[in-house]
Amino acid sequence: MRPMDLLQFSTQTLLRQRFRGLMILIAMGLGVAAVMILTALGQGARGYVMNEFAAIGTNVLAMFPGRQETTGGMPPPMGAAARDITIDEAFLLQRRVSSITAVAPLIVGSARVGYAERAREVSVLGTSALFFKIRHLTVGQGNALPDGDFRVASGEAVIGEKLKRELFEAKPAIGEFLRIGDSRFRVVGILTGRGDAMGMDLSDAVIIPVAASQRLFNAAGLFRVLIELREGTSAPDAIKRIEAAMQDFHQGELDVTVISPDSMRATFDGILIAMTLAVSAIGAISLFVAGILIMNVMLITVSQRTREIGLLKALGASSTDIMRIFLTEAMLLTGMGALVGVLFGFAVVKTARAFIPTVPFDAPGWAITAAVITALLTGLGFSWLPARRASLLQPVDALQKP
Amino acid sequence: MNNEALADGTAVIELQNIEKTFQLGDQTVHALDGVNLRVMKGEYVSVMGPSGSGKSTMLNMLGLLDKPDRGNYRLAGHETTTMDEEQRARWRREQIGFVFQSFHLVPRLTAQENIELPMLLEGLAPRERHNKASDVMARLGLSDRGKHLPNQLSGGQRQRVAIARAIVMRPALLLADEPTGNLDSRSGTDVIELLEELNRTGITLVVVTHDAQLGERARRHVRMVDGRVAAE
Ligand SMILES: Nc1ncnc2c1ncn2[C@@H]1O[C@H](COP(=O)(O)OP(=O)(O)O)[C@@H](O)[C@H]1O
Ligand SMILES: [Mg+2]
Repeated sequence: MRPMDLLQFSTQTLLRQRFRGLMILIAMGLGVAAVMILTALGQGARGYVMNEFAAIGTNVLAMFPGRQETTGGMPPPMGAAARDITIDEAFLLQRRVSSITAVAPLIVGSARVGYAERAREVSVLGTSALFFKIRHLTVGQGNALPDGDFRVASGEAVIGEKLKRELFEAKPAIGEFLRIGDSRFRVVGILTGRGDAMGMDLSDAVIIPVAASQRLFNAAGLFRVLIELREGTSAPDAIKRIEAAMQDFHQGELDVTVISPDSMRATFDGILIAMTLAVSAIGAISLFVAGILIMNVMLITVSQRTREIGLLKALGASSTDIMRIFLTEAMLLTGMGALVGVLFGFAVVKTARAFIPTVPFDAPGWAITAAVITALLTGLGFSWLPARRASLLQPVDALQKP
Repeated sequence: MNNEALADGTAVIELQNIEKTFQLGDQTVHALDGVNLRVMKGEYVSVMGPSGSGKSTMLNMLGLLDKPDRGNYRLAGHETTTMDEEQRARWRREQIGFVFQSFHLVPRLTAQENIELPMLLEGLAPRERHNKASDVMARLGLSDRGKHLPNQLSGGQRQRVAIARAIVMRPALLLADEPTGNLDSRSGTDVIELLEELNRTGITLVVVTHDAQLGERARRHVRMVDGRVAAE
């Protein structure tokens, strides 16, 4: 048979048996879409986490109180009993370890922020000028926190743009005084954008000098210290020296953890890639299920069309012809199913991206290609047996089937 | 081999001691029990006999739809028992036309598409298929039925379509197993007359029938009893 005739013959058959076609189409489509969507989910999670790390920068270390032995793991849960890291220690550290260019101590909390008769409960972040640089925060109007000695509890505040709107509406905010808790702070700058940091939406937050936040929250220690290293410094070296210095400050006890986001990023990346592959494999299982469905449907078809197979053989169809006819049908269905699945998958991924813009959902090309190829191979593999069974029928037996 | 290529007086069919048994439960049925038959080019043979005497089984052998357990079958001088399945398919496609009692049309294909099936399997170009099908349909008075589906045709018309399909490849041999069995006597006669007309153009014709009257019309009568050719 000519390839075009084969295709036309099969198409005609499929059009007359829409229900069967539809079933395979849906099963295959769902399988392919599942692989795509799950992969996109995994990739999205990975992209999200990687973006978070990318925002920190590569020559930045993070130090937090408490000791965690496994390197590159997650920070310990908050409130773990450990000696505090004080602002003075952060300041001294910078002096002690020469490879440090700057540190950004962090204290986070929430407080009532008011202006005139308006007030809101928002997140308050106490830190230093370096934080703006490390997190790539954009100050639209005014300035970031001053670059001076962060041990001084000065009264500047940088506010997020949403908070600015809520409190000031269209009025200018720079130079105005805010009430935060019981203190007064002067607005020196307004942030642009969300500037996500540790899951906090900075557009609805206030950033004040860390010493002022310590007083505000009456906090003894720092939540975290971000440490910027000189370009070209070896992170493991610096970590050792920082730990040595902190041990020194804490009477010989090593009770802080210093991590390099780079190493954490590598660990996370590995985990997330493995996770992506795992969920893709789960998606592939649905392709396998679709394959079994195809096999059953094709077996039923072969049985229903036994007389037709007998007739075609009587008219001179070879076993190869019969095999080709059934494989073409299965491949047509699988191919269409895969196409529908890809389109559906794209639609879902696009919708997800529209609803959750911060997570970069993305079905990568390799996943789509792999899903489609797996689908086609599954279709071919699982229809092979039914097609072969059809091709081996003896013409006379097939014709006499009731 | 071609119909025209075979000189008159050559044997198209030579069966020698053909045996075929079927297993029915633990019972062995000798459907064909040493059949010998020789049919010359252009002959018109009717095969008659009681039900279960092996007529269909023999016709299936002749049409290469079934294989004998023992014996030899030479088709136009070629030994068929040693052919592989692909060769047999090719002979069926090019040299044998088969007409069944129950028509065996593909219900989802139109009359013309059914007639084109053997040419489709042969791999002829669409244009050539169309032309040949149109020619045959014109000859068989089916020209205005080409676009009809089988269920839109009468029994007689369906059998005409089946005959058109059987002869469209210009086979040397036309085999018909009870071709009138599902037809009323009027369309039955029509169909037989059509087959005879085709025979007059040179095609070798073997018709199985249990209708004595129709069988008598053939120039040569073969009578089968219990899987043997009992009389000529
Ligand atoms: N596929 C088969 N399986 C078992 N027995 C069969 C089969 N085909 C034919 N037979 C038996 O072989 C004998 C001859 O059958 P058949 O050639 O169909 O007879 P006829 O066409 O003369 O009525 C019968 O006894 C029939 O039951
Ligand atoms: Mg019979």
